[in-house]
This record gives sequence, structure tokens and C-alpha cells, in this order.
Amino acid sequence: MLGYVFKRILLMIPTMIGISIISFVIIQLPPGDYLTSLLASMADSGQTVDATEIARMRANYGLDDPMVVQYWKWISGIILRGDFGYSFEWGRPVSELIWDRMGATLSISVAALLFVWAVSLPIGIYSAVKRHSIGDHIATLFGFLGLAIPNFILALTLMYVSYKYFDQSVGGLYSPEYVGADWSWGRVWDLLKHLWIPVIVIGTSGTAALIRILRANLTDELSKPYVVTARAKGLSEYEVIMRYPVRIALNPFVSAIGWVLPQLISGVTITAIVLNLPTAGPLLLRALISQDMYLAGSFILLMGVLTLIGMLVSDLLLALLDPRIRFT
Amino acid sequence: MNTQDTPLPLLSVRNLSIDFHLRSHVLHAVRDVSFDLHPGRTLCLVGESGSGKSVTARALLRLIDPQARVSGGTITLNSAEGPLHLDRMAANSREIRAVRGGRIGLIFQEPMSSLSPVRTIGAQIVEALLLHRKMTKAEAKAETVNLLKQVEIAQPEKMADRYTFEFSGGMRQRAMIAMALACDPDILIADEPTTALDVTTQAEIMDLIGRLQASRGMAMLMITHDLGLVAEVADDVAVMRWGKIIEQGPVDAIFHAAQHPYTKRLLAATLQLDSAPKRVPPATDSKPLLSVHGLSKYFGGHDWRGRPTYSIKAVDDVSLDLWPGENLGIVGESGSGKTTVGRMLLRIMEPTSGRILWRGAPTEQDVLQMRPPELGQFRSAVRLVFQDPFASLNPRMTVKQVIADPLVVSGALTGAALEERVGTLLEMVGLDRSAMERYPHAFSGGQRQRISIARALALDPRIIIADEATSALDVSIRAQVMDLLLDLQKRLDLSFIFIAHDISVVRYFCDRVAVMHQGRIVETGAAEQICTAPEHPYTQSLISAVPNPDPRDRRMLHRTKFIA
Repeated sequence: MLGYVFKRILLMIPTMIGISIISFVIIQLPPGDYLTSLLASMADSGQTVDATEIARMRANYGLDDPMVVQYWKWISGIILRGDFGYSFEWGRPVSELIWDRMGATLSISVAALLFVWAVSLPIGIYSAVKRHSIGDHIATLFGFLGLAIPNFILALTLMYVSYKYFDQSVGGLYSPEYVGADWSWGRVWDLLKHLWIPVIVIGTSGTAALIRILRANLTDELSKPYVVTARAKGLSEYEVIMRYPVRIALNPFVSAIGWVLPQLISGVTITAIVLNLPTAGPLLLRALISQDMYLAGSFILLMGVLTLIGMLVSDLLLALLDPRIRFT
Repeated sequence: MNTQDTPLPLLSVRNLSIDFHLRSHVLHAVRDVSFDLHPGRTLCLVGESGSGKSVTARALLRLIDPQARVSGGTITLNSAEGPLHLDRMAANSREIRAVRGGRIGLIFQEPMSSLSPVRTIGAQIVEALLLHRKMTKAEAKAETVNLLKQVEIAQPEKMADRYTFEFSGGMRQRAMIAMALACDPDILIADEPTTALDVTTQAEIMDLIGRLQASRGMAMLMITHDLGLVAEVADDVAVMRWGKIIEQGPVDAIFHAAQHPYTKRLLAATLQLDSAPKRVPPATDSKPLLSVHGLSKYFGGHDWRGRPTYSIKAVDDVSLDLWPGENLGIVGESGSGKTTVGRMLLRIMEPTSGRILWRGAPTEQDVLQMRPPELGQFRSAVRLVFQDPFASLNPRMTVKQVIADPLVVSGALTGAALEERVGTLLEMVGLDRSAMERYPHAFSGGQRQRISIARALALDPRIIIADEATSALDVSIRAQVMDLLLDLQKRLDLSFIFIAHDISVVRYFCDRVAVMHQGRIVETGAAEQICTAPEHPYTQSLISAVPNPDPRDRRMLHRTKFIA
């Protein structure tokens, strides 16, 4: 088992190198660079910039170096000094900008994941065990609604409801008086009051998908002979189902970490913009539009790393849960 | 049955009827079934697939599917505290759960899928103990080790912490038995407990069950389709067909004075295989049609430089000859390499070393040197029939497409000629021409195997390799399919390589038999000689483990054991 963990971690290194190269190439792909897009926006507003000034800035930022040199400067800075480069647009080091956002993203993601699990597990089991009952049909209906409704519409609806009926400030993670304030119980409570909307919005489609997956898997498992064996032992129906088929049908739940995490981080940009959440998505979008290459590259890189870690965690949990994986 | 002078039966079933409520109709799966179980005695419920024997057994524990319903009859379990009416208990009620596992234990056919793969063997047994016996966890664990020792699992302390996939088939079934017996049940229900096992393992398991039954004085209800096994272990027999018990009585009466024509027919089909064949072996003085020399297949791992690190000799230096018109049997237990040999003969799998000489073409050729055009010709002359008639036919192709497929691939025939040929083939295997447009699911197991045979015959082969072609069939159908193959052989000048684990089938069908054990051929000889006077100790142990369908001559329990 320890050897397996070690091997998996070792295998992550080449993957990370690959991710870093790809993310760097991707941000270099669009024609032009930060300065050309800066010039374009300045020209739009009627300003002109001196040509020598531009050349000086180019040399300063190393924008004329070959791509390999630029990549090396970037990646060696990250690895050796934890320096993610400099955001042209914000005029600040990337590392200052990024950690707040990643933290918020991660906490929302984890909260959404817990929400997804907590809701889909009981409903999925119920749906599979009481297949074709009224409850199953209702769960199925809501499941499909959850899959079909675009997140941002759900977000707008929930914002409206919470503003209109709960008289609560909406958008963002904190009420105005707590933004930038020190941590206190009040601030935590305020955070929780704001968190439920994004968690529901972001978690709904994942919940719906997991309910369907669990229902299908569990339905298969319920007809396996070992379930009859468990019943023949004299276990109660609840014990039979929870200890035997559910145990095996849980696998997709755990592997869900692997795909829910990156999906939550990158897939919810629109929701984050609508809800004005201080997560990575909106910042990444702006960085990409303005070709703020170090900022965008760092986000993409960190997301890749998070995905890898998510996959690793889910694989290790799977191995813990299912001995068949552990031993092969 | 006369029950007046015998003591009160442990369990009595009276007029039990079970209906399946299907979408379109109601299926009467079990009708008016009555029987008794007595302490220390074994009742065998015999029948072919679909006769309702498994449903009956499960109904005793109220373990039938939701769409099935007990529509009448009583099930009474007699105990010191008075009779328990199992049929009146609600499904999954506390009372019935106390009976399950506690009073009645259950063993299933497939030990792999009957145990959960994600929990240790020990945990699954401990669970049963904690349910029915007042024990602490530590006591239950100790008792589990004790139980595993009783079912003769070596190193029980270690094995309790292992998972099912780390066990062999026989060990799994032992663990299953340990679990069923954990709470000292009065009755053991065994539903085809050895069908998935090899004959020697089967003999060991039945041996074990018999001894445990005797020491505990349990009543046993055994469900099986194998009359040989019935003759070996039963005290009483009930024969089921189409949901009804058509005949029941003491085992001797059933085997030696059967009344019902169906029982007689079943016995005849079983005995027919056991009686000596009337085949005249073909002349073997000419050159063989197919000669195999030193065929080997190693499976193994490689290190990162491609050097072999270990190897398993799946097939080790096998040499065989097959003469024209001859039926050669390859017999062995699972894992002996017999199927691998069959696949290598067709080069579906590449041998590690060896030579296969084919003399069906104008010149002698080495199959292993063949390039695609000749290999194609060779493969159309040597065809394969598989074991599972359900999995080996594409369910989305009509019978016509299935049979015509080899003809279409080889481009031999098209249009009306193709259809005519498929029709002829279907008639040859005893099916109607009109079967052509239907899909495989519309046919029974025996009929599907006939379709597989028709497909194998489509290209006028010289040799047919039948890999366990009759193992999945009921005994009466099995004899029919083998007779069909023998009849075809006479008409079409075929040779067969018949791969099987069932000695009686091989004896009926084959001229010569090669016995395989751990990848090697341990003995080759005339079928009759192998079956009656085997020379190699392994063959002796194999033959002696085969159940004998005569209750007056129980030989399985007095078998010779082979220690490799």
C-alpha cells in the first residue's frame, strides 16, 4: 500500500511538468501579448504611447525572448522561489493575488462536494431500493431538472428569492460590513449565510448526476447473489443494503472527488460572475482576456495540480474502500 | 409418503405454490409441492433448469424475488418450542430473520459471487455469529477461526482476514459452508453447491458436507441437476419438472424402480453416457490429420528491460495426434490448460514453442509458419464450438446472419445460394428452415448450441474443436447434442477434438482421451481404458471422484486421492 502511494506520487511529477508546459503554451497561443492588448485598449480610449517606451517595457518583461526562455524563467521562479511572476494588469506579484482566490475557491468547492454527497447518497439509495415508486419518480424528476437548468439561472433565481424573502444581501461571500474584517464568529455566520446559495447552485448538477449513477450502480448490485446470502444470514433489510450492495456501489462516489473538484473550480465561472464570488474563475477569465500571461498561467497550473491531487485522493480512498483495487 | 410411524419431520412443506407475476402473464413456477425434511437425512430435489427447484428452496426462507408470490400451501418448521409457520411470517419480519441463518443455513452455487468481494471472509462470518448467538466480538472472532478449521481451511487465523478473490473456488465454497453452519442450523439448504467446481473438489466438498451433517445431525435439502451426485449423497429424492414434484421416494427406489416416465428418461440419459460406447475407432495406421509436437505456452511478467521475471507454464510440452474421422478428448480440471491448447491449435493464441503439422492440405504444413492466406484456409477447415450457447451468439444478429457469417467473410456464397446453404445447414442440425429469420434469444440452450454447430459446419470443415460444448446443457439435451455430432461425423467425415471436464461425456463421445494436469498431458489412451483402467495416479483420482449414478455403488466417497 505504501509502495502504491509512493508510486502514484512519483508518477505525478512528469504529469505536472506536462501540465505546466501545456498551460504555458496555451496562454502564449493567442496572437500578441499583454502589451499589444494594452496598446489596443489605450488606443481605444484615444491615448498614444511612445514607441521607445513600449520597446523598453518589452525588454523589461522579457516578452521578446524565445518561448523556451520565458517558460524557464517562469517555472524556475515558481519552483525555486515560489514566485509566480508578475501580473501586468494588477501591477502586483501573482502570488499576492492568487492565494485569496484559491482559498475561496477551495472552500466553496469542498462545501459543494459535501453538499453533493450528503444529498445524493440517501436519495440515490432510496431511488435504487424503491425503484419505480412515487418517491423514485419524484427524485428522478428533480434530478433531471437539476441537470437541465443552467447554473446561472438557478443562481439568479436563488438570489432573487433570498433578497426578496430573506432580506439578505446577496452576491459575494460576505456582507459589506464584514468584507476585509478580521475573523470572528459573526463573520463565520455571515459567511455561512452567503455560502448556501453558491453551494446549492454549484452542487445541483453534480448531485443530480451522482444520484443517477448511484441508482444505476446500486440497481445492478442489488440483484447480485451475495445480497441474497446476506439476507439468508438473517440480517435486517437495512443492514443488508447498507453493508453489502451500497458498500460496492459507493465507488463512483469516491471517484467523484476526481472530477467534481476540477469541474467546480473551472466550470462555474459564469455562476461565480453572476454571484460575484471572489473565486478563481472570474479572475482567470479577465486574465485571459487581457493576456495577463503569468496570472492566467499560474491559475491554469494550480488547477491542474488541484485536479491531480483530487485524483490522487480519490484513488487512495478507492483503494482503502475496495480491496480488489488494493491488491491488483 | 408414509409419515405416520416416523417421528415428526423437522420441516414439512405442504402444497406449496409460487406464482411469478410477470408483465404479460402469471407464471406458475411451483405447484402443489409437498415434502418433509428429517434430522440427519438428505433430500435431493432434482430437476432440469427451469423446473422450479431453486425457487422452492428459497421460498422456505421467504427469499424469493418481489415479483414472485407464494399463492398457497404451508411451510412448518417444528422445534422444541412448537411449530413455526414460516409461510405466515411477513417478509423480512423479525421472526423470519431469526430463522434465516439461525435455524436454516443456505449455500449457493457460485461461491465467488455469493460472498461480498469487499469484506473479509472472517467479517462476513462474524456478522452471522453476532446476529444469532450471544457473543462478544472477540468470541465471535475466535469461533470464526474454529469454524474455518472445521471446514478444513489451512491456517484459519490468517485466512479469516483474506478476501474472497484470494481464495480458490473450493476454498470459497468451504468458507460459504462455514458461514452457513456458523449458528448451528437444524437445516442446511444447498443449492447446486458443487456445480461450479471440478470433480475432485466436488468430491471433497460433498465429503465435508456429509461429515458435518452427520456430526451435527442436520437435515439437508440439496438441489441439483446431477443424478450422479444424487445417487452418491441422497437418502430421499424428489424429482421436479415444470414446477411439480412428479415422483419422490427413497433414493434406491428412484434409481432402481422409477415409476414416472420422465424420471426414467432422465436416468436413461445419465446412464447412457456411462455405458460403453459402440463406436468403432477409425484406423490409425495412416498419417494423422493433425499432429502437435511439444506445444507450450508460458505466461509471465517482464521486468523493465523486457527480460522474463517469472513464468507460468499454462501448457507444457503437449504432443497430440488426430487421425481422420477420430474423436479425441482432452480432459482436465479448470486451469489444466486444455482450453489454451484448443485456442493455440487455431492460433487464436500464439504458442511459446512447438509445432502443429496440418496434413489436410495437399502438402504438409506447419500451422505456426502459416501466413494469412493459408492460415485463413486452415481456419476454415478447423472450426470451433464454444461452451456457452448464450454468450457465443450475437444477440443482435438473426440466426441466418449468424450461420452465414463465415460464408460471407470467406466470400464463398451470396444471395439465394447463401440462403439455400443456411437452410440446408439448419436442417442438418435438426432445426427448421423457418428458424432463419429469428434471433438467438428465441431458442433454448440446446437449440442455440445446434445453431453454433451449424455455424461451425458452414465452411465444410475437416476438424471441429468443441470446447466444453455440452457442459452448459441439461443432461437430456446433452445426449441429444452429442448424438447429433456423432451423426454429423458419419455423414460429413469430420474429426473432433472434444475438450471437457466431464469424464462421462468424454467416454461416450471419444475414441481416445488425453488427460491434462497442470499444463501437461499425463496420460493418453483409448477412452474405455482411461475410464475403466487408468494408469496414471492423477487419472485414477480424477476417475474415482466422478459421481456414480447408482446409489448401491457409492464410489465418490471412497475415491483415490492424488497428491501432486
